[in-house]
This record gives sequence, structure tokens and C-alpha cells, in this order.
Amino acid sequence: MNIDSIRNGIVIDHISPGKGMRLVQLLNLDREDMSVAIIKNVHSRKMGKKDIIKIDAEIPVDLDVIGFVDPEATVNRIQDGVLTEKKKIVQPKQLVNVIRCRNPRCITSVEQEIRHVFVLRDDGYRCLYCETRAEEDRK
Amino acid sequence: MRSVIDIMDLSTAEIQDLIVTAEDIIENPDQYAHACERKKLATLFFEPSTRTRMSFEAAMYELGGHVISMSEANSSSAAKGESVADTAKTVSNYVDIIAMRHPKEGAALVASMNASVPVINAGDGGHCHPTQTMADLLTIWREKKQFDHLTIGFCGDLKFGRTVHSLAGAMARYEGTKLVLISPEELRLPDYVKKNILAPAGVPFTETTDLEGSMNDLDILYMTRVQRERFFNEEDYLRLKDRYILTEEKLKSAPERMIVMHPLPRVNEISVAVDEDPRACYFKQVLYGKYMRMALILKLLKEAGRL
Repeated sequence: MNIDSIRNGIVIDHISPGKGMRLVQLLNLDREDMSVAIIKNVHSRKMGKKDIIKIDAEIPVDLDVIGFVDPEATVNRIQDGVLTEKKKIVQPKQLVNVIRCRNPRCITSVEQEIRHVFVLRDDGYRCLYCETRAEEDRK
Repeated sequence: MRSVIDIMDLSTAEIQDLIVTAEDIIENPDQYAHACERKKLATLFFEPSTRTRMSFEAAMYELGGHVISMSEANSSSAAKGESVADTAKTVSNYVDIIAMRHPKEGAALVASMNASVPVINAGDGGHCHPTQTMADLLTIWREKKQFDHLTIGFCGDLKFGRTVHSLAGAMARYEGTKLVLISPEELRLPDYVKKNILAPAGVPFTETTDLEGSMNDLDILYMTRVQRERFFNEEDYLRLKDRYILTEEKLKSAPERMIVMHPLPRVNEISVAVDEDPRACYFKQVLYGKYMRMALILKLLKEAGRL
């Protein structure tokens, strides 16, 4: 399967298979007006299979979101068809307003203006307020 | 601004200092009778809790301070839709320290992030209730004269019981602590407590459904109430609420050294007849809770530069 190379934009590569769509969602790419290609289950020598996201625009991407969904992913910036920058992805210590706490007993469930903050603990991300584990980590 | 939201906000050294202060207050109450003169405590209780509110209020009065109370959430600004953050900011202008109870988990943390005075968490849903744990710790200290090498049996609702999680966490910091977790299968201690609190501290624990068979090993039996308000399903509550009832008869086979604790209020999980047993310590816990709250109010007001 071929997808055209992009001239100016961002390629998020080496995404664990199945996580591409979640990343698109959390990066709000599904709501943006630019061309975005989501390629699922591409053959990879290193990983067996992988997902790739190609964004045909030079937009800022939230590296914390990528680090949360898949810290093994790589982010490449392309300018005039040339790779100009490779970003190192790390798991963020804290996530702000990326995911919501699903605990109905949490204060964030009733007070809308509170920032949804998740903090990285030994066993994954937990809500700052009620310590409930992030939904993604339960899977 | 230093607040206390979780018992883990206090180091073991700080807990020991609070115990020293509390014991000094017990011995010399007159010396503390004016310690908080002209200072005000706000008790913001967004859900009913007569005993904790009264304990905080008694603590502040015995320190010579004043109390402003908001005991009915439905008659206050909260009923008009004011956020916890705004309430904390507003009340900070009137008082020197806030004690807050709220049905939602994390509410006290939100308050502390917005208040300009210290906030003491007086219970946030099923999450934390640090001053209850402080009461538990002073009880253990006064009864056992040590925190190390104690075997504690927690019995009842270990899933939703915040006092259990807090005390287990607090005791996990002492050497030689062992836990016996006695509960129905459905109300076992959550995995995250085992994984995040017990495992890192290397606390050995056993899980069982058998109360009587476990008592022989215990220095402390910590009974808990199965709390109706923590269940979404009334049927589950009714099925589990009477699973463990500590009676005089059952206590006969328990060792002399085993004290019985309970965060109160009890429903029927400890027979009234057990109250006469010298091992019953739950009403002492209530009293010690007041002294520890006094010690904590003093500490936080001093740290905030308000004393």
C-alpha cells in the first residue's frame, strides 16, 4: 500500500499497532482541516507491524500526548521533502487535559472547570485528585 | 501553603512530633487553652458527618480559638453552584485554617490548591481521611507504646474503607508490620493498595475470610463498617453488611494483647457487650482524634506563620 510522501509536515512513525487511531483522537487530528493519513498495520522489520500517521501540515504536535499513548513512537519533521528534525519521545510525568478521569466519585466529574491532571506513578497514570488509573492503562 | 490531604503528606518524624504534642496536650491541657486565641477555623462540611465536625470544633475551642461552620451544603453557596475552588478562595479571607469534608474524591486537594490558608482534609469521599488515621496512630501508640513489629488485622470492608487504606499505608512505613486482611471476596483490599503501598514497603500480608481463625496472631484488630453510601447497588450492601460481627464470645479466644479498634460509627459489626472488654479501644480513638486534630491545627498554623 502506498501513501504519497509529504513535502511539509510531520510523520509519527513506529507507533505500536492499534494505537494510531487513539493518537489521532487525542491529538485532535480528526477535528483539524488538513490532510492526515493513518496507516495501520504496516510491515516493520523492527516491530513486525506498526502504525504511521502522516500530517500534511506544519502544526505543533503535543509530544506529551504521544509519550503517553506510545513512548516508543518517533516524530519526524519534514520540510521541503527532507527530514529536518527527529524528536525524542519520553513518557511525560504529568498529563494535563489530555484524558478525563472516569471515576464518577472524582471531583472532576462534577466541577467542569477543574483541569484533568494525570500523574505518572509506578503502575501507570493516575488521576491527581482521586488516584484512579487512566482508562488506557487498564487495557 | 502546607495542607494535609493524605496521611502520607506527613513523614513518620512529623507524626511522632504530633504524637508528642498530643500527649503533652493530654497531660497539660491548660497550657494550650489559649494557644489559638483570636484564630478561626472554618469547618466546611459538604456532606453530613457530625462526629468529625464536632471533633474539629472541640479541638479548636480547646485551643482557645473560634469556629465558623458550614454544615449544610444544601443551604450554602455550594447549593447555588459555587465551585470548591471558589469556596476555598472566599473562605480563606475569613479564617486562619480550613477543615473540609466533601463527598467527591480529590475535593480537599482542589480546595488546598486554591485556598490561601492551610486545608485539612476531613474526608473526601472514599479516598482519604488523614485525621482519622492520626487518631488511629495515637491510639496504637498509647496502647502499644510502639509502631514497629505489630500485626494488624483489618476486618470488613477493605475495598471502600478509606480508613483501612490510610492506616495500612501509614503502618507500612514502620519496621516489621504484618497485615491480615479479613473480608468477603467482594470487599477485598484493592490491588492498587497492595501494589503501590504494601509491595514497595515489603509488608507481608495474608488474605482470608475467617475472622475467628485469624485473631490469635493479631496485636490489633481493626473492625470496619460496610458503608451503605459506597454501594451503587442496595442488594450487594444488604448481602455483605452482616458478614462479620465481633461478639464477646468470639473475643474469648482472642489473645489478651489484641486491642480492638473501629473508626466509628458502628452499625452492628461490634456487639455493644464488647464495649466493656478492656481490649475495646474505639471510644478512646474518638478522644485521641480530638487531641491529634489539636496538634495538627497547631502545627499547620505555626507553619503558615499564623501563630
